[in-house]
Amino acid sequence: MNEFAKELKAENADWVSEVKEALGETTITVPREAIVEVCASLKTNHGFDMLADLCGADRGPEEDPRFEVNYHLFSTKHHSRLRLKVILSEDDPHVNTVSGVWKTANWHERETYDLVGVIFDNHPDLRRILLPSDFDGHALRKDYPLRGYEPYSLT
Amino acid sequence: MGLENNIWESLPDVITVKLDAVINWARKSSIWPATFGLACCAIEMMNSVSARNDLSRFGAETFRASPRQADVMIVSGRVSRKMAPVLRRIYDQMPEPKWVISMGACATSGGVFDNYAIVQGVDKIVPVDIYIPGCPPRPEMLVHAITMLQEKIMSESVKDRKDTFEEESRHSVVPGTLPVTEGTALEREIEEEVAQNKAPRPYTVPSKHERRRSS
Amino acid sequence: MGLENITEEVEFLDQPLESQMTLSMGPQHPSTHGVLRLDLRLDGELIVKAVPDIGYLHTGMEKLFEYKKYQQGIVITDRMDYLNPLGNNLAYVMAAEKLLELEIPERAQVIRVLMCELQRIASHMVWLGTHCLDIGAMSVFFFCFKEREKILNMIESASGGRLTPSYFRIGGLMMDLPAGFENRVRQFLDNFLDAMNTFETLVTGNTIWQARTKEIGIISGEDAIDYGLTGPCLRGSGVDVDLRRDNPYTGYETYDYDVCVEHDCDVWARFKVRMRECYESHKIVRQALDRLKPGPIKADAPKVVLPDRDDMRKHMDSLIHHFLIVAEGFNVPPGEVYHAIEASKGELGVYMKSNGGPKPERVHFRGPSFVNLQALPVMSEGEMVADVVAIIGSLDIVLGEIDR
Ligand code: SF4
Repeated sequence: MNEFAKELKAENADWVSEVKEALGETTITVPREAIVEVCASLKTNHGFDMLADLCGADRGPEEDPRFEVNYHLFSTKHHSRLRLKVILSEDDPHVNTVSGVWKTANWHERETYDLVGVIFDNHPDLRRILLPSDFDGHALRKDYPLRGYEPYSLT
Repeated sequence: MGLENNIWESLPDVITVKLDAVINWARKSSIWPATFGLACCAIEMMNSVSARNDLSRFGAETFRASPRQADVMIVSGRVSRKMAPVLRRIYDQMPEPKWVISMGACATSGGVFDNYAIVQGVDKIVPVDIYIPGCPPRPEMLVHAITMLQEKIMSESVKDRKDTFEEESRHSVVPGTLPVTEGTALEREIEEEVAQNKAPRPYTVPSKHERRRSS
Repeated sequence: MGLENITEEVEFLDQPLESQMTLSMGPQHPSTHGVLRLDLRLDGELIVKAVPDIGYLHTGMEKLFEYKKYQQGIVITDRMDYLNPLGNNLAYVMAAEKLLELEIPERAQVIRVLMCELQRIASHMVWLGTHCLDIGAMSVFFFCFKEREKILNMIESASGGRLTPSYFRIGGLMMDLPAGFENRVRQFLDNFLDAMNTFETLVTGNTIWQARTKEIGIISGEDAIDYGLTGPCLRGSGVDVDLRRDNPYTGYETYDYDVCVEHDCDVWARFKVRMRECYESHKIVRQALDRLKPGPIKADAPKVVLPDRDDMRKHMDSLIHHFLIVAEGFNVPPGEVYHAIEASKGELGVYMKSNGGPKPERVHFRGPSFVNLQALPVMSEGEMVADVVAIIGSLDIVLGEIDR
């Protein structure tokens, strides 16, 4: 098992619900209540000082739990990468923001909110970033039409 | 703006025909495009003014940042629904005579981007004079378009070109974006008629493209 | 959801204050490199607050990937960061290859490095030209575009497209380099240093240029990491990170080049980093040229890689494979990867998730410009209005990548 996953588990067993290693990458699934603490710990104790990417994904309306949020961590010191994953259900797509840990998370989270519709609690400025503020729905959800635009449709 | 708004009504045709030739010649030799780079095509537009395809040979190299000083708007790239009202406003701010070149597949028809974000053809928002195909069109094609526009200008008459006033300006509410203007009296009438199902909605009629949705 | 969430930031802009004014810059502004909009709060000439407003070029590309097959997606990546399309191709293609666990032949790797570095030079040429144009030096723009034109011609001769090459394919390349390509590149390289000399004389040594760029747009190394800056912007703040060296891909670890780091943290430092990178790319291209040996350019995976035309005429299998790949695509084993490369603007990451079918379940791009732009308020607050233009230029943003 990846050393960071081991250390995290040793620190608090509740923080790690699943560790998966595939294709040379490590994915740690984290319960959503713990994400901020895990990130803070990884940043201060393990040298993951940069959040390379944060993105949401929709698994499809028939899946449960439906959404996932991926955090791709990078360290400018030891240059390793780590993926954290938070899984959210459709009825309650709330997760705490990590923009307090890395400032860069701010826009990433806004984008995820805009396109996937995951709501980041305690975010300083959660509003749409790419689409106009009066846009209806969340475009990257699987049940959003692939082509065209709803109000245009004749039916 | 300009001559055509006030004098020419009262002048006999004999004079205006000769004047057309002079004025059109002057106009076509100094087309000033508005700087309006949107996406990838804008890079090719920049290329067309630089070393190899020197657009200034045709008098069209002076890109103006202010629409008030521009004659032709080169819509170079994809127009998103968020950008559409802005584009329309810039068009409205340009004084007559004005022309529009739709550069690239995206501006012309939406290109490969057939989805919620892109307006499927800029001609839904502004009237277009020249369409350039290609993704992106080569700079040479833009130069060709400019020369074609010059031909078109030569065949126009000063009498045709007047500032359009409220009732003539096209309705262009793009769903999901803020309306461009508050709406003229005529537009409000149309809105009402549309609401009562008496008239079809102008310029927001779905194209074939948009009706063809897969889910 | 939208309205109740509009918070402080927006309200701040709406407050009437006696001595301050709000200036809306863009989306149609010649110096914003496209359709960026900035809300600037000014106190006289000083910027009190800057709020970028993006999305005017939102194209919904990530939605498109939902119904495009893997190989069709390459075309869309071209149109994202349109100054560095080969870099985008590479990131996307390598993510897919990682999922498929393909082995790429040596020659293809070398050509990839060669083309990417040429493209990096081309991208930096656009940056230099427009950066200078924004600050007021017109002629540099023409020189830069002249150099760039040469590179575009070479890319065109190899791939058929100037701006949108789609040259890298999953499992290799679209086709081999054309005859005489190496000579053209060598010729270009021989003259390129002269061109760089011109730029150094015109720009670097220019006192006006230095006055406009030194000690402007400062961001410290810690802040830069915190804001997720990557690429030349990060290295301009003295942080020594280059993914080509630190997370090597396509054999970058075997090339000999320096990672350019500057410690001034300002526009000038970022300018110097990019200028030096042009020389480094020049070096890498030379080395790659020397390594070019004849060999296959496609991986040995007939179910994924399109066969050669010649093969198709002679072998039935190839024809069938070709038909299946084009008509139905190929299945990619389920899994998820995040692959990051050092594009000309920074870390370009692709998150790709496959559910086993011929179409990806989710493709997400981490555009370097998107993240770099976020640091603009920090850099520009306290500066003059005219400096914002210099700062935007030094970030080297491309709106197509920010908005996607
Ligand atoms: S037509 Fe092609 S090159 Fe032009 S904006 Fe559209 S995608 Fe870009």
